[in-house]
Amino acid sequence: MGEVRILAIESSCDETAAAVVEDGRKVLSNIIYSQIDLHTIYGGVVPEIASRKHIEKINPVIEAALKEAGCKLSDLSAVAVTYGPGLVGPLLVGVAEAKAIAFATGLPLIGVHHIQGHICANYIEHPDLKPPYMCLVVSGGHTHLVRVADFGKYEVIGRTRDDAAGEAFDKVARAIGLGYPGGPKIDAAAKRGNADAIPFPKAKVDDSEYDFSFSGLKSAVLNFLNHAEMKGDTVNPDDLAASFQKAVVDVLTEHAVMAIRQFNVKDMALAGGVASNSALRASIADACDKEGVRFYCPSPVYCTDNAAMIGVAAYHEYTKGNFADYSLNAIPNLSL
Amino acid sequence: MKIIAIDSSGLVATVAIATEDTLVAEYTVNFKKTHSQTLLPMLDEIKKMTELDLGSIDAVAIAAGPGSFTGLRIGSATAKGLGLALDKPIIEVCTVDALAMNMWGTDDLICPIMDARRDQVYTGFYEFDVNDELSVIHERFAEDISTVVKMLNETGRRVVFLGDAVPVYKDRIETEMTVPYRFAPIHMNRQRAGALAFLAMRYMREGRTVTAADHKPDYLRPSQAERERNSNP
Repeated sequence: MGEVRILAIESSCDETAAAVVEDGRKVLSNIIYSQIDLHTIYGGVVPEIASRKHIEKINPVIEAALKEAGCKLSDLSAVAVTYGPGLVGPLLVGVAEAKAIAFATGLPLIGVHHIQGHICANYIEHPDLKPPYMCLVVSGGHTHLVRVADFGKYEVIGRTRDDAAGEAFDKVARAIGLGYPGGPKIDAAAKRGNADAIPFPKAKVDDSEYDFSFSGLKSAVLNFLNHAEMKGDTVNPDDLAASFQKAVVDVLTEHAVMAIRQFNVKDMALAGGVASNSALRASIADACDKEGVRFYCPSPVYCTDNAAMIGVAAYHEYTKGNFADYSLNAIPNLSL
Repeated sequence: MKIIAIDSSGLVATVAIATEDTLVAEYTVNFKKTHSQTLLPMLDEIKKMTELDLGSIDAVAIAAGPGSFTGLRIGSATAKGLGLALDKPIIEVCTVDALAMNMWGTDDLICPIMDARRDQVYTGFYEFDVNDELSVIHERFAEDISTVVKMLNETGRRVVFLGDAVPVYKDRIETEMTVPYRFAPIHMNRQRAGALAFLAMRYMREGRTVTAADHKPDYLRPSQAERERNSNP
């Protein structure tokens, strides 16, 4: 039996998740209820519908996490919860639930930053990974290039100025009729297409070499489709998906390489839902190989929103005694 | 029987600890601070103040709706967390029924109104019967305020109004009511967890409880996305 066992809860978007994590590395259970099917007909996550489903699922998910871990609440050291960033309605469900459990059991309460959770997902399967390293966090809501200076110490090097990368995947997928969620569908279509078929622009942000911008690329894709339609040209959706994906992956990879060189790091990690994208994984892995740095990436189950990663991040707050009080609130735009 | 009662369905946050004979503690705040920040600190305060052993609690009563969707969920998630951790059942009480309980002793027809926006209120019609038990004349519903007033006028009875929609629709009520009416005073015109607890203990005696896992708010309305989808299929 380990020393520190944390029950972690995650409900920042459309996954209701709970996990028990031991000593910040060992996942005793990791239960995820995905609502994706509920939101597909709306073409994206509807916050009110997500919040309602979280309330229905949260207790069964927590109970399943405890059962699978073979734990009673009295075996735990703390209760942790994602308190931002994310959708406020969904976040509030997890926060209120976690606070009530902490209050009823007398366990300490830990508020966890969602993006820190994504980064910490890398520790689960890579016991050798230790700060300092560079991490590229890419998901439906976030695109961050982060220097992890120490456990729990993060420095944002670059971020998106507009759409998150995953958001651009969703919007482009919708435009070419692939549906929601866009990420896996674009990934699959891109494998059949020619990535050099359509030269899309690589968006640069003038005043910051590390920041990202994906709304320009998204507009370029939509304009290309409109022009083609006006001219009566047929567009091969697989070629378009592959070309769009390459434009995203190339800019993410370029920034990662730039950061590896400038900050002279020896380790590079990927995190977030879009870290499951096969082209992105391959491109960053290849770049790391060329730069002579080690490449880390969580398995897909730890890339998607999950509570195990929250339990890992919480462990590093626990060891520092960073506990929250019962006034802990959901902060939808919490910064890193 | 000892219960915790929680209501965060509207602007007021209110919590109580009660037994059948005693309102041990009640903490009610009507202030613009989010329920997420206030509700649990309030419960913690009355727990400490009354040296409450949480293990002695038999159930958690919750104002289950209608009301603010977000407010309802903060209360519900709190109740569900308590129920899960303490392994105790939940007593769901309709928010407008609990509001009506505030008016114990009146012969008037009781009309709690909660602001549901878009000119609508969440309401219900109630009275106290010959045994002084709260009796439902028209169960909870969401309706345009003018339609509610028209329905009340048709009863021919004197009406007492309470709830957070009173200041919102006071002028309309004063203009459109044709039967006698009055407004409840400040100590009884908003959610009070003591009244919720009293009604909840009756439900508990009647065996009307649910598990913490099964409890969910009674929103009375679908989400906007679902409404729009249903009206433009």
